[in-house]
Amino acid sequence: MKPLLSIQDYKAHFYTRRGIVKAVNGITYDVYPGKTLAIVGESGSGKSVSQLSYLGLLPAPPLKIMGGTVQFEGRDLLKMKEDDLRKIRGDKISMIFQEPMTSLNPYLKIGSQLIEPLVIHRKQNKKEAWKAATQSLERVGISRPSHAMESYPHEFSGGMRQRVMIAMALTTEPKLLIADEPTTALDVTVQAQILDLLKSIQKETQMAMILITHDLGVVAGAADEVVVMYAGRVFETGSVDDIFYRSEHPYTRALLRSTPRLDKLEKELPVIPGSPPDLIAVTEGCPFYERCSYQKEICKTEFPKESTLGPKHKRFCHAEKLS
Amino acid sequence: MSIHYVLRRLAIMVPIFFLVVTLVFFMIRFAPGGPFSSEKSVSPAILKNLEAKYHMDEPLLSQYVRYWKDLLRGDLGPSFKHANRTVNEIIQEALPVSLELGLLALTWAVVIGIAAGGMAALKPNTVYDYVPMAFSILGICLPTFVVGPVLVLVFGLWLQWLPVAGWETWQDRVLPSLTLGFAYAAYISRLTRGGLIEIRGQEFIRTARAKGLTEQEILIKHSLRGGLLPVVSYLGPALAGIITGALVTETIFNIPGLGRFFIESAVNRDYTVVMGTSLLYFTLIFICNFLVDLVYAVLDPRVKYV
Ligand SMILES: Nc1ncnc2c1ncn2[C@@H]1O[C@H](COP(=O)(O)OP(=O)(O)O)[C@@H](O)[C@H]1O
Ligand SMILES: [Mg+2]
Repeated sequence: MKPLLSIQDYKAHFYTRRGIVKAVNGITYDVYPGKTLAIVGESGSGKSVSQLSYLGLLPAPPLKIMGGTVQFEGRDLLKMKEDDLRKIRGDKISMIFQEPMTSLNPYLKIGSQLIEPLVIHRKQNKKEAWKAATQSLERVGISRPSHAMESYPHEFSGGMRQRVMIAMALTTEPKLLIADEPTTALDVTVQAQILDLLKSIQKETQMAMILITHDLGVVAGAADEVVVMYAGRVFETGSVDDIFYRSEHPYTRALLRSTPRLDKLEKELPVIPGSPPDLIAVTEGCPFYERCSYQKEICKTEFPKESTLGPKHKRFCHAEKLS
Repeated sequence: MSIHYVLRRLAIMVPIFFLVVTLVFFMIRFAPGGPFSSEKSVSPAILKNLEAKYHMDEPLLSQYVRYWKDLLRGDLGPSFKHANRTVNEIIQEALPVSLELGLLALTWAVVIGIAAGGMAALKPNTVYDYVPMAFSILGICLPTFVVGPVLVLVFGLWLQWLPVAGWETWQDRVLPSLTLGFAYAAYISRLTRGGLIEIRGQEFIRTARAKGLTEQEILIKHSLRGGLLPVVSYLGPALAGIITGALVTETIFNIPGLGRFFIESAVNRDYTVVMGTSLLYFTLIFICNFLVDLVYAVLDPRVKYV
């Protein structure tokens, strides 16, 4: 199967007064139709920037794209004119964000925000779009959708607003949905509902999904493939089982150890020692070097090459087999 | 917004109005001097006649009650100083002048202020930001009694483009309304800039971009309403400030507005005119603020007055 989105050696930095923030430092992976790719990593590891930057959603400057390609349906998004990219945003590629409370405009009715993608991209008139948007609210499980269309965001709870965001993102039946921590701000029970909703919609529509999260618990239930990111680098990629049961990367393992599990009740979860990297001080070496229990001299100066462990399973690490 | 809110707002007005009438009535009368004290040539007999005519020979309390009785009939009394003219007549003549001046000043303050602030907000930290904001600092710092004479000097006396006094032609309106509006334009441009920059950093603006809206749609549909709320809430105080601030401008440009009567009457202890103009100012300020609160509630759906 051909990938829908193919990211190759993509780099994006911020040129700030404090220095160059090297947020994305050469990442490579593919996203396939009907599949969910999860991007995991501690906060500040460049997950959001790695997606928002190629869609033109970050202020440039300070953002500067440093190289690589991001092919979507065979066209390089990085080479596109802003207006062509804008026509893809909200049509073939939709996004939902972490903060359902602030991601909707508090001054406008839900309906008038919900119809925008259809009006812009499908050239529907307001009436048609209103009808279609009402249906999409129904689809995400909002009761009394016509009433909801006439309401304002503050009249809804966080979970309900995230449903509205999802409905809005889906009105144009996108090929790719990028969900940036869609459940992080929500209660645990609501989290599960939202993830189930996303999965069931994906089953119907065969859209691809990129699910950004710092929570491995979310990954286990929702993803097909996983990319583990650290300091703007990819450390390991593979199927969910590759990552959860056959991980061969010290950072992935540390991340797994620090995640609560249902089958083992632990008093205290081990935290990964040391602090997340300063993205200004990123060097040619492995950014996890200082926190790594498998560190070697070469890690300091050289980032490891890709090594293949299985059909989908790849890692970037100098260490021999992990114990 | 509920009708209860409107009614309650109006009900609060009643005791405040009562207080204002009472305070102004007694304060002006306890101030040293009186309406006829400057007229030294007047013989005691004539003075007695004058005082009797204006009921000043009665006890203060019955004067006060008499004033209320007249006021409730809408009669603000005769002027003590302008023979044969009532306060109602003076207001009828002067208020339209002041309102016109004030509205002109406010209109251009809003137009220029929003345009300049909007430009600055769209291109922050560029020359489009620095130049209007430098002017805005000037406008906020310079008092009207400096701005007025400077404008008069430049456009009236040196360039001779515009008249420097009077209130007949449209040219007469230009310099006074510019003078009066300058500081407000300056302040509104800052509020616009701040409001818009804040709104444009909000997450829902990113959502709008992610939906593929054009920058123009994002500005007009998603940014202006929230971004201009600070300006809207400032309009109440601004109108109030403009109405009372017109005083200085009317004096500089010799305009027959309310401000001139107010100052003149205070100096002359023209009791009824002081009362009438004060009450009018108070009512105008109240109405302005009330209207602005109503507009605010319409613009921001989260605001509920109950
Ligand atoms: N607009 C910006 N200007 C400068 N630095 C930024 C900007 N946006 C994000 N960054 C930096 O990029 C790095 C990666 O951020 P992000 O992708 O949001 O991390 P994650 O999503 O993994 O938590 C962080 O160090 C962050 O401070
Ligand atoms: Mg993030």
